[in-house]
Amino acid sequence: MSHDSVDKLVKMANQIGKFFVAQKHPEGVASMTDHLRKFWDPRMRDAIIAHVDHGGAGLDPIAIEAVKRLGQRAGAAASGLRPGEGGADG
Amino acid sequence: MTLIKEIDYGTPESKSEKLVTLTIDGTSVTVPEGTSIMRAAMEIGTEIPKLCATDSIQAFGSCRLCVIEIEGRNGTPASCTTPVAPGISVKTQTPRLAAIRRGVMELYISDHPLDCLTCAANGDCELQDMAGAVGLRDVRYGYDGANHVFARNNGDVNFDWKPKDESNPYFSYDPSKCIVCNRCVRACEEVQGTFALTISGRGFDSRVSPGMDEAFMESECVSCGTCVQACPTATLIEKSVIAVGQPEHSAVTTCAYCGVGCTFKAEMRGEEVVRMVPWKDGKANHGHSCIKGRFAYGYAHHGDRVLNPMIRESIDQPWRVVSWDEAIGFAVDRLKATQEKYGKNAVGVITSSRCTNEESYLVQKFARQGFKNNNTDTCARVCHSPTGYGLAQAFGTSAGTQDFDSVDDADVILVMGANPTDAHPVFGSRMKKRLREGAKLIVIDPRRIDLVRSPHIEADYHLPLKPGTNVAMVTALAHVIVTENLVNLDFVKSRCDWDEYQDWAAYVALPTNSPEALEATLGVPATDVRAAARLYATGGNAAIYYGLGVTEHAQGSTTVMGIANLAMATGNLGRRGVGVNPLRGQNNVQGSCDMGSFPHELPGYRHISNDAARQAFEKDWGISLDPEPGLRIPNMFDAAIEGTFKGLYVQGEDILQSDPDTRHVSRALANMDIVIVQDLFLVETANYAHVFLPGATFLEKDGTFTNAERRIQRVTKVMSPKNGYADWEVTQLLANRLGLNWNYTDASQIMDEIARLTPSFAGVSFKRLEEVGSLQWPVNADSPDGMPIMHINGFARGKGKFVVTEYVPTDEKVGPRFPLLLTTGRILSQYNVGAQTRRTENTQWHPEDVLEIHPHDAEDRGVRDGDWVKVASRAGETTLRAKITERVAPGVVYTTFHHPTTQANVVTTDNSDWATNCPEYKVTAVQVSTTNGPTDWQHQYRELTEQSRRIASTIDAAE
Repeated sequence: MSHDSVDKLVKMANQIGKFFVAQKHPEGVASMTDHLRKFWDPRMRDAIIAHVDHGGAGLDPIAIEAVKRLGQRAGAAASGLRPGEGGADG
Repeated sequence: MTLIKEIDYGTPESKSEKLVTLTIDGTSVTVPEGTSIMRAAMEIGTEIPKLCATDSIQAFGSCRLCVIEIEGRNGTPASCTTPVAPGISVKTQTPRLAAIRRGVMELYISDHPLDCLTCAANGDCELQDMAGAVGLRDVRYGYDGANHVFARNNGDVNFDWKPKDESNPYFSYDPSKCIVCNRCVRACEEVQGTFALTISGRGFDSRVSPGMDEAFMESECVSCGTCVQACPTATLIEKSVIAVGQPEHSAVTTCAYCGVGCTFKAEMRGEEVVRMVPWKDGKANHGHSCIKGRFAYGYAHHGDRVLNPMIRESIDQPWRVVSWDEAIGFAVDRLKATQEKYGKNAVGVITSSRCTNEESYLVQKFARQGFKNNNTDTCARVCHSPTGYGLAQAFGTSAGTQDFDSVDDADVILVMGANPTDAHPVFGSRMKKRLREGAKLIVIDPRRIDLVRSPHIEADYHLPLKPGTNVAMVTALAHVIVTENLVNLDFVKSRCDWDEYQDWAAYVALPTNSPEALEATLGVPATDVRAAARLYATGGNAAIYYGLGVTEHAQGSTTVMGIANLAMATGNLGRRGVGVNPLRGQNNVQGSCDMGSFPHELPGYRHISNDAARQAFEKDWGISLDPEPGLRIPNMFDAAIEGTFKGLYVQGEDILQSDPDTRHVSRALANMDIVIVQDLFLVETANYAHVFLPGATFLEKDGTFTNAERRIQRVTKVMSPKNGYADWEVTQLLANRLGLNWNYTDASQIMDEIARLTPSFAGVSFKRLEEVGSLQWPVNADSPDGMPIMHINGFARGKGKFVVTEYVPTDEKVGPRFPLLLTTGRILSQYNVGAQTRRTENTQWHPEDVLEIHPHDAEDRGVRDGDWVKVASRAGETTLRAKITERVAPGVVYTTFHHPTTQANVVTTDNSDWATNCPEYKVTAVQVSTTNGPTDWQHQYRELTEQSRRIASTIDAAE
């Protein structure tokens, strides 16, 4: 991925992080990980995981943490959302 | 097929639940209290003669033709203005009544031309009908006296005569045929709410007058045509009827413009449309329309329409007209080669919010089944995707909660980031009607839209916030509701998650979220914000209507959830008159989302990772589906520039003109190996296409659209597709060349498949829609007739979810280089990128996009009204003419994006909503300066467009 594209993903991830960091129920990091799994195409997720593996420059702490957890369980199929919960409708 | 004739009951329906029984001509009839005798008679099939009455407007009692006798009462009252009473006995025909009516008609006809045979209304004239009904045989007064009929009387100029007003391109006004029944004036007031017409003069001098005795085009008239529809004679008549003649058959269909989803009778002569007349039984529009739906269908036979498929090896070559077979073969071979070379995820599709549900369904099926990936998205991405996300989070369904009729019970209407009188005009008229009845109005919008103050309408509070501060606004409103104890705790406790509510309440109550603390951020006086919050929370039934001014922001999804929070906290959900109502932009935005167009979910909003949902489709389609989400439109562009996304099939969306940051989009498109555009015209995106597949108009195909109130309505084919195929058939050609073996022979079979696989559509079929007219999803075993109001006893997701909405200022900030904020929108006469409306006479109302700028900002820059100005942002620059107006606040400029030469989206940036990547169209930091003309980019772009629109055979002929 070029610098441009990674920069854009970093910006998007930070935007997502800023929303979830304000949420208490459920916990923000878990929600953010779930959001990335459900809405980011695998090539975008791979790129942001690779960026975090290289230090994650520019990413806010919640985003780094969420991307790290993303690395642990691959795939949207691992999403922990209950059927019928808003997420399923996204 | 015959001409559909609706019954005119003469006066509106009474809503009373108390019933009254009376006798009319010896027959007993029971009707609601408050019904007119005229209407009661029509209920039993007795048509009392009338001229000034029609059931879309209140009774007026001026023509005196509908007189009746009531046993035991004196005189001959007008049946339109006399309500029923228990036990009365009415006679509609006696020698006395017949004589009165004949006398009245004689007077009317004595001042009316007798050119019936050559009159355009011949066969559809109520005056003619009434002359027949009352048995008029003679006009004793002659025509020699004062009259409005003849230009000259006995050789002298007749100053009472007025020439025809032909100024409006769609209808003419012939004063010589006017009987001054006032129906047009009242329809303009009561139905449309524009008050453009009045009666000037008195007695014999009374004339229908647009504005102050102006021509229609110079008056306030918005050309909705409701006056034309109300006119009983040929005084106001469609020019198309004058040109063609009276229609001989008609079919009910649904308008292909905005998300209101008006239904029309397409009145035809053979395969030629004579006129479009709004259908009285249409549940979305109840017989009303706007200029676009009624009049702007001429694009269907515009000379620019491309009717034959075209291909080219590369985009610098001229187009080559080829057979369908060759075009489809070329397209599919390239798609296959691209997938072989770059991998299966290197291609994708974009479905259209202008096409039918059936067509969107097939295009996403084509990607999932044919490409074996989930790279499908829809233009809803760039308008209402935050609504889908936000409302699903809060309530559990990605849709508005009410039907349009619900507004009749609203006591407080809050309009945020929407301009209904321009963008959703028929619902705007409905809303204005309710406001004239006394409902209160709060408008949250940076611009002073027409609703803020127009005839007989005035907002109680207009909160002209700075663009980009919506979240701060909804949080400030919530702060007032929570800290002043205006929360409906019973509702919250029984219907919402209590822990989440407490988190939210504690957050919004923070002093930093008070209107006072946020006053500088919002640019709105704190006292107004407080008063508006109190009104919303305590004013009775309160309904929120919002549009793209809410969604198209970096925090669009957050604002949607913030709006849901306000409705839940005040208990304004689950009954008539309340709710959260997104006003959808295009005709089928709701439908294209419902149909699984998004890359992460299957039809019916089920995530692609949901095993049960995926298995249902896998079984039906006989393939295995990829459980991973695909690319969204902005991600497709990024991946294209990156080089991992190389092929795209776009149906009915002009992404190059409508998506933000045009240069970015054109770079992405130029990087692709295969771009297939299916459209009516060589749209801007086609500049970068290798295959052009001609599309069909809504008049040329069968299917369904789903409007903003989740209402599924039929689109009916009234003429053969000029291009040869309906759009769904074109997708099927592609699919079958790819070996998918589809064999739909009728659009209804596609809906049957949708119903089979989508629980919320389980009970939908063309047959059912034809029986009941329309259905609001969900239509299933629990609600077989659909669901006008949602979440009545509980939310679809269970407990309503409160979400903390922290305001995060957008990256798009003003500074010394770019000190103004540009926001964008649309106007009444044009639609979206204008591909359709620019190819109609609607351009007479809006020939070009202009930049609205406040007088202070204009003066600072030496800009005069009508000057060419350059608008520059971090993304690019363009030029257009300035319009100086106080509708925008100082610091804010505004334009529309209807014309491709304006290139408004060269200026907009690639910032987007955090959750959905919906572009931030509504906030761009810009500088405005005077200039001499178009920018280099505009020149280059025009050249490129001319280059890329070359068609080989035409050039040969020219040479």
